[in-house]
Amino acid sequence: MATTANSKAKLPPSSPVRPNPGKASVGAIGWMRQNLFNSWFNTLLTLLIAVIVLRVVPGAVEWLIINASFGPSTSEECRVVALQDHGACWGSLWEKGRFILFGQFPYEDQWRAAIACLAITGAMIISGFRFMWRPRLIAVWAVALFLFFWMMGGGLGLPDVPTNFWNGLPLTLMLAVFGSICSFPIAVLVALGRRSSLPFIKVFCVLYVELIRGVPLITVLFMASFMFPLFLPEGVSINNLLRAQIGIILFTAAYLAEVVRGGLQAIPKGQYEAADALGLGYWKKMMLIILPQALKICIPPIVNSIISMFKDTSLVLIIGLFDILALAKASHQDPPWALYFGEFYIFVALIYFCYCFSMSKYSQWLERKLNRGNKH
Amino acid sequence: MAEDNTPAVLLKNLNKWYGEFHVLRNINLSVKRGEKIVVCGPSGSGKSTMIRCINRLEEHQEGSITVDGIELTDNLKNIDAVRAEVGMVFQHFNLFPHLTVLENCTLAPIWVKKMPRKEAEEKAMYFLDRVRIANQAHKYPGQVSGGQQQRVAIARSLCMSPRIMLFDEPTSALDPEMVKEVLDTMVMLAKEGMTMLCVTHEMGFAKAVADRVIFMDKGEIVEENEPEEFFSNPQSPRTRTFLEQIL
Repeated sequence: MATTANSKAKLPPSSPVRPNPGKASVGAIGWMRQNLFNSWFNTLLTLLIAVIVLRVVPGAVEWLIINASFGPSTSEECRVVALQDHGACWGSLWEKGRFILFGQFPYEDQWRAAIACLAITGAMIISGFRFMWRPRLIAVWAVALFLFFWMMGGGLGLPDVPTNFWNGLPLTLMLAVFGSICSFPIAVLVALGRRSSLPFIKVFCVLYVELIRGVPLITVLFMASFMFPLFLPEGVSINNLLRAQIGIILFTAAYLAEVVRGGLQAIPKGQYEAADALGLGYWKKMMLIILPQALKICIPPIVNSIISMFKDTSLVLIIGLFDILALAKASHQDPPWALYFGEFYIFVALIYFCYCFSMSKYSQWLERKLNRGNKH
Repeated sequence: MAEDNTPAVLLKNLNKWYGEFHVLRNINLSVKRGEKIVVCGPSGSGKSTMIRCINRLEEHQEGSITVDGIELTDNLKNIDAVRAEVGMVFQHFNLFPHLTVLENCTLAPIWVKKMPRKEAEEKAMYFLDRVRIANQAHKYPGQVSGGQQQRVAIARSLCMSPRIMLFDEPTSALDPEMVKEVLDTMVMLAKEGMTMLCVTHEMGFAKAVADRVIFMDKGEIVEENEPEEFFSNPQSPRTRTFLEQIL
């Protein structure tokens, strides 16, 4: 502190570097001067942004909160709010929220779909704790997935529900969770395969990654849904939901494989040599030495891919599966509720945001935690 | 196990190319059990490549390498058998940064030799104690100094009970004040009768422990002799020029 005070004192009062410290470099005005108005270009940007904010924010707040109605309402009451008060009718969600979450799942049994969602979400949260990174985590997921399929599908005393009624949040969660759990081992194998010295394996892995990355997810889903059944022998059919799920897994795996390959490339050659010199075989070398280091490096891009995949599951709409986004769309296509698409989409956006933002925050925390372990 | 009169390492007419570049030319070398050999020579002379061939970190194209009676071929079993006999210490230590010092030492005994964890830990602590670093056993490699890391690397190799140790410039990445602690450890090992091949420019170490010094240049063994003779009366002009530069 003393040294900074001294160096400040040495500057002449008219110094261009630190103008007039007594008056305007401290406090809110000083801060603004230094950060918002320190050049003509920044001043221009600041003013431009201020204009935009002033024009947009008050209108948004009025619509979202001030003029909005919150309690349960009928479509007639909502009409008044929307057309006369120009506010959001959050009451529409009392009517349509359950439909957006669970779709055509039998209304009386929707508690089952809710438990299924809680089971998956709970298992995701439990997986976050590092003391759970033991074989017991497999047991946790086994219980969660059993609960999920029991609740969704029925059996063991519960009435059966066919998979075309598995809509909304359970569908989104299922596609995303299997999309990440199953694609991850495939991705690691493909990444290792691309670096293999065996030409057949290498070519196969390169082809797989390049073919899948070369086409949009929509194409993969179309192929899975409409083309794939043509190749199957007559009489054999695979559930549409399962086909979409496999499409998503294969698609995500190709992207994750490239991420993991990047991590593998970052590991110095000396690590491979030290493992070889100690006599570790290929798989032990990879599992014990190389992958633990490589995967740690690529936590941020892995999470990035998983978040991206989580949201991409909404594309299953085009092959006739109803996830939460598709149900929001269906909700405002119901004529009495046609005015409230804003409310519905915001509701869905919030659900996506909760999951994706938590994943993102968690990965940042994990990165810090793992770095600490190695360095201190 | 091989008989005691078979050489620990036998290189016959060894040749190796990197593409067009002829790295090793007709190398012939026989290392007796318990012998300590120091290999020196200018950079790019092939000395590291030669000792890296001995545990198959590099493949050779012509000639033969026999370690403890086992010939190195494409046969993976032979390669594993040789690697079980041979320990290696690298210039840049190559410790596993995600494992503690102790885990670095127990990993291979547990996973390669199927040793029970407790026994592996006792053995690791024994060798960490020998290299005087047992008190750092639960730190990560990044938390200890370069000299300490290199001593851990030596302990890690010893935990696999090798009969031959290869050192690839073990002190050249170290700060000067840390060279001695590593050399002391190597001298200790030499006195216990370990067969050692060491690429180094530490001439003091060569004089103190080497049975033979080998000078390599341009992929050939130019000269080999007892250290006394080698330093006081080098035969080849290339050796003389080299020694003038480093002494």
